[in-house]
Amino acid sequence: MSVSRFWRKIPQRYNLVGTQCTNCGRHFFPPRSLCPDCRRSGHIVDHQFNGEGTVVTYTVIRSASDQFEHTTPYVLAIVELDEGPRLTAQVACLPEEAKIGMRVHSVFRRVAADGESGTIHYGTKFVPSE
Amino acid sequence: MRDVAVIGVGCTEFGEHWSTSFRDLFVNAGALALEDAGISGEKIDALYVGNMSAGRFVEQEHIGALIADYAGLATKNVPSTRVEAACASGGLAFRQAVIAVASGMEDVVVAAGVEKMTDVGTGASVDMLASAADREWEGFAGATFPGLYAMIANDYMNRYPLTREQLAQVAVKNHENGAKNPIAQFRNRISVDTVLSSSLVADPLRLFDCSPITDGAAAVVVVPLERAHEFTDSPVRVLASAQASDTISLHDRRDISTLDATVAAGKRAFDLAGLSHKDIDLVEVHDCFTIAEICAIEDLGFCKKGEAGKLTAEGVTALGGKIPVNTSGGLKACGHPVGATGIKQICEVVTQLRGDAGARQVDAEIGMTHNVGGTGATVVVHILGV
Ligand SMILES: [Zn+2]
Repeated sequence: MSVSRFWRKIPQRYNLVGTQCTNCGRHFFPPRSLCPDCRRSGHIVDHQFNGEGTVVTYTVIRSASDQFEHTTPYVLAIVELDEGPRLTAQVACLPEEAKIGMRVHSVFRRVAADGESGTIHYGTKFVPSE
Repeated sequence: MRDVAVIGVGCTEFGEHWSTSFRDLFVNAGALALEDAGISGEKIDALYVGNMSAGRFVEQEHIGALIADYAGLATKNVPSTRVEAACASGGLAFRQAVIAVASGMEDVVVAAGVEKMTDVGTGASVDMLASAADREWEGFAGATFPGLYAMIANDYMNRYPLTREQLAQVAVKNHENGAKNPIAQFRNRISVDTVLSSSLVADPLRLFDCSPITDGAAAVVVVPLERAHEFTDSPVRVLASAQASDTISLHDRRDISTLDATVAAGKRAFDLAGLSHKDIDLVEVHDCFTIAEICAIEDLGFCKKGEAGKLTAEGVTALGGKIPVNTSGGLKACGHPVGATGIKQICEVVTQLRGDAGARQVDAEIGMTHNVGGTGATVVVHILGV
């Protein structure tokens, strides 16, 4: 990923900042600048999520793209944040620990790197809460 | 709107074409389709080419022009348009051709699909295929394409009665069909044990739950129905063409194991044709992974949610079953050159409806195709009949 493409998303990736439509109250992560329900009558503001959530579904990636190959196996999940929106993220736990319905919370971690000396991408992962 | 008919189909063998280039793959399929339609290149009014990612697989963009040129049509100044919707690119190219003919804008149109995937390594192709999902919010986190479908499978198996063995039966059945298809990449029969002992790719999906990396091309010729008899005695009618969208990310879906775009496109197609699932004699569905076929059968309305595993295990979807699914071998056994798959599905249904399918022939007058882009963000459904 190009440096500018990564840096553009740093507030959201580093701090789990999404958005909220103040017209209908719906939260968005990944952030949206247009509410799909209210459309142009919606009003979008930033929203800091508290990072607590539940695993909706998951998998254990055993065969990855080149960028992630050295980290296999890793647990990848769809996490539903307590405020409602869902996102795709890794869960830092053993493959056998992962289960649907487990409570997790967000942590700031290294996600990937562009080769040996390329940009290191940090972002949100989750860890089990219990 | 004019009625539209398919008058010719052509497909290269699907597989690893080390010594054939991207452009040669297309030219070979196009020539087969024109020969089948009994027309010469000068008759062609327009070309629509489905292709997902030549820019990354073979570092070539401007595919429409390239294809027109090497098809010998550049000096005739025939308009040629590349159509992209990830793995649904082929189905969408066919839909554009149908729209062009139905509208009256064009008369003789070639719809094609082509992908050359084996010129890059596996890790690189895994990354390219992941771009059919949301790169910034799925790919960034390490999501692969099998990984996303694996999350669909885990969600499904957590909520519905589907066993790992039933899931494997999808691959077993599709290899059984592929063994009877001379263009299929895999023509070997496999057992449930073969699937269950293959390596894990993304739990619970194993290597034999996944469609392969494939090179191939397919082409079809469409004309107005009123002119079809100038070219052929056995035209196949396009009874419905439908397309639907959904969120690019799997995590934003209303229901992770229901593809709402399939439900919507399927319903629109049935409404347009004035038909129901009971009228369909065979269906080519998008089985990029075994779980995808399970979802497709249900989302198109051939059975209730949660029943497709049992149906598959009982042979209902096999050749000779009540609703044969993926007589070509599907993406699993026939191979999945992403941009070509949707056109190959049309080729298979046309071949079946004309009674030319040999060892895999089923008794059919009406067939359906179902082509998915990404994890369900684009779905294209067609109904064809004789
Ligand atoms: Zn709103």
